[in-house]
Formats: sequence, C-alpha cells, structure tokens
Amino acid sequence: MLKIIRVYGLMLLKSMGNTLLLCALSLLAAMIIGLVVALFNVGKKRILNLFGTVFVDAIRGVPLIVLAYFVYFGIPQAAKMLGFSGLRLSALSAGIITLSMNCGAYMAEIIRAGIESVDKGQMEASRSLGLSYGKSMRLVVIPQAIKTMIPSIINQFIITLKDTSILSVIGFPELVNTGKNVAGNTFLNLQVWAIVGVMYMVVIITLSKVAKKLERRLKRGEL
Amino acid sequence: MENCNGRIQVRNLKKSFGKLEVLKEIDIEITEGEVVVLIGPSGSGKSTFLRCLNRLEEATGGTIFVDGREITDKRTDMNKVRENIGMVFQHFNLFPHMNVIKNITMAPIQLKKATKDEAYQTGMELLKRVGLEGKAQAYPNQLSGGQKQRVAIARALAMNPDIMLFDEPTSALDPEMVGEVLAVMKELAQAGMTMIIVTHEIGFAKEVADRIVFMDGGYIVEQGTPQQVLEHPQESRTIDFLNKVL
Repeated sequence: MLKIIRVYGLMLLKSMGNTLLLCALSLLAAMIIGLVVALFNVGKKRILNLFGTVFVDAIRGVPLIVLAYFVYFGIPQAAKMLGFSGLRLSALSAGIITLSMNCGAYMAEIIRAGIESVDKGQMEASRSLGLSYGKSMRLVVIPQAIKTMIPSIINQFIITLKDTSILSVIGFPELVNTGKNVAGNTFLNLQVWAIVGVMYMVVIITLSKVAKKLERRLKRGEL
Repeated sequence: MENCNGRIQVRNLKKSFGKLEVLKEIDIEITEGEVVVLIGPSGSGKSTFLRCLNRLEEATGGTIFVDGREITDKRTDMNKVRENIGMVFQHFNLFPHMNVIKNITMAPIQLKKATKDEAYQTGMELLKRVGLEGKAQAYPNQLSGGQKQRVAIARALAMNPDIMLFDEPTSALDPEMVGEVLAVMKELAQAGMTMIIVTHEIGFAKEVADRIVFMDGGYIVEQGTPQQVLEHPQESRTIDFLNKVL
C-alpha cells in the first residue's frame, strides 16, 4: 500500500486535480445552463417552455455514459457529415460538455422549483412598483429562491463530482481512469481502489462540510 | 384617444378565468382625488377589478384608460404606467430579504427616480409619515402585521404615484392593528390622493369614501355617496349584503 502511494501517489493526486478541474468547469457551465433553462421554464413564452422541457426530459432520459459517448464520438462524426472534417473534441472538452449538460438539466429543475417556491405576491409587488420582469426576478425572486435551493444545489454538486468518474470511458485522465491504469500495472486492485475511494471521500466530505457552514451562514444572514 | 376628464375610465370591462366569468361588464369613471371604496360579497370580482387596473390581471375584453393611456392595449409600456399606480396588498408582500428602508428605496433607485441619498431621505420622511421612523433598519419578519402594512404603504408611496390601489389592506390583520393602517389611509385620502380601496371595513368606507361601489356577481350593482349606498340602498342585493355585514 505504502509502495503504491510512494510510486503512484503523485500521479493519482494529479488525476484528482484533473477530476476537480473538470468538475469545477462543468459546474460553472451547468449553473448558467440551469439558470437559463429554468427561466425558460418559469416564463410565459410557450416556445421557450417547450425548449426547456425537451432539454430537461432528453438529458434526464439518457444515461450519462450514453451522453458521453454521443458527445465524444458522435459530435465529431456529425461535424464530418456536415463537412467540418477537422473537428475533434478533446476528452476534456467533451467531458465538460457532457457533464455540464447533464448537471445543467438537473440544476434547471432545482432552480425552477426554487423560483416557484417564492410566493407569487413577491413578483406582483415588485411589478406593481414598475420594475420589469427581469429586474423583479433578479432583485426580488431569485435572492429568495437561492436560500431554498442551496441544499439541493450542493447535493447536485457532489453527484456531479462523482459523475466525473464516468468520463473515464472516453479516456479523460481523471481519477478512476488513472486508478485503472495503476491497478492494471500493479495487480493490486484491493489497495488501489481503496486509495481511490478514500481520495473521493476526503474531497466530498470536506466539500459538504464547507457547504454546511456556508448554508448555516446564509440562514443566519437572513435574520 | 377618448375624452380624458377622468383619471381612470373603464368601459365594458370583462375578465374570465377559463370558463369562470369573474367580471361581466364593468363601466366606471374615477376622477382626480376621488376616494372610491369597493364593497361586495367575496367572489364578486372586487379584487379582480382592482388588479385589472394595473394589469396584474389581463382583461378579457373592454378598455381601461389611466391618465389617457390605454392599459388594455398590449403595446402600452406597463412598467411606466405602474410607476404612477401604487398598490397595497392584503398580505403586504414586503420583500423579506431587505430591511425596511431598502424595501422602500429599491424601486425609486432601480428606476432612476432618485439617487440613493434622495431615495433614503424620501424613505425616511415616508416612514415618519406612517409612524415608523424607528424601524428603518428592521427586517419585515421583525414587524407586526400593522407595521408591515404601513411599510408597504410607504413603499408604494416612494414612487410618488398619483393613484393608490388597496386590495383588502386590513383583512389579514389582527383587529387591534386595523386602526393604525386605516389612520394612515385616511391621512392619505385627506391629502388628496386618488384611491381605490377594496375593503370590508364599512365604517371606514363611510368615513373616507367619496363614493361607494357595491359589486356582486361581476357587475356594479349600485354606487353613490356613502349616505346613498349605506343608508338608502335601492337594490335588494345591496340591502341583503349590508344586513349581513352591519
């Protein structure tokens, strides 16, 4: 065990870094996708509602691994058929696209539910003062929605962090992929996967502790 | 544009929610400085009518002109019109994540009606006017119902509106707090504000209303001065209603 850590420790840590990078970039994109799709879904424009619903249903209806293959192998092929033969997605960009779409769909539902949990009278009061729909959303509704959303968002973050492991199938050198290589080289499956598991656990438990603190502070800030 | 001798002109207003016809045919004209109190049984369409006046509800038919602007026209910039129409709600609808002074100053600052300092000054004056100058930094959940409603009135006044709509402003209050809110409204009426009030406080209506409008079943059944409507009602539905509430 110690030998593995000595020889492969740095490599594993580096791949953990890759995992976190992939996760962070995807979460950032997912927040934006989620917010936009949620706003599509709570608004009154039918065409936007339709787009939002189709997006959420499509993403939620497809296993993440299928989405990953589709993005990584399918999109370049589609580009080729359309005459852009040079397009090749790196595993990182394919990974970010896959994860941010997947996480974005779930985030959209969380944000939509959060917005809908705010009393309708809040929007009405804001509109009655002459504020536009957008300003009312931004200044009145969303700040209140965020408080109810935070636990679910953190939960979704943790799920997405774990989901990065699925991107080992498209060859991105994240933690599981690296673990597979190390285990393959050393035949020490028990030890390697125990180490990988503990690494995930440490990061996730740390993150959820930080999140808990943040959540409590937000609650207190509400007065 | 039609003749504009009234601040608010409502012609043949209809409003349905699906199959339910809430407003069947409303015609009314309200002039500058007039205090109009809408009374009637619940479900008679009073609140819906009020909410049509600033287009929180879209009319199904008919026209509404406010200061010569047709608000039933989809092209009318409602945000601009609403700046001149304050509204006070039954459940206050204060913004819980802002303190009292921010509740009051947000709209004038956001809509560039005033600088931060000016808005703060006006806000403090308004708080004084409603008797809450000590509560500027408090959050809504630290206030009683009556205090919340007075802040809500101050918030609406901060936009310096010409017209104020009150949708059952005392219905959600404990009885001992009704008086403080009515006092503020009375002061406002005496200052010459054009006001349209939906309320069940018949005594208050009698005291401040220039005109009382009795609604039932989506129609205006009877209207006139408080003396006419409350003391000498002509219609049987008005008499029935007054017997129940007085």
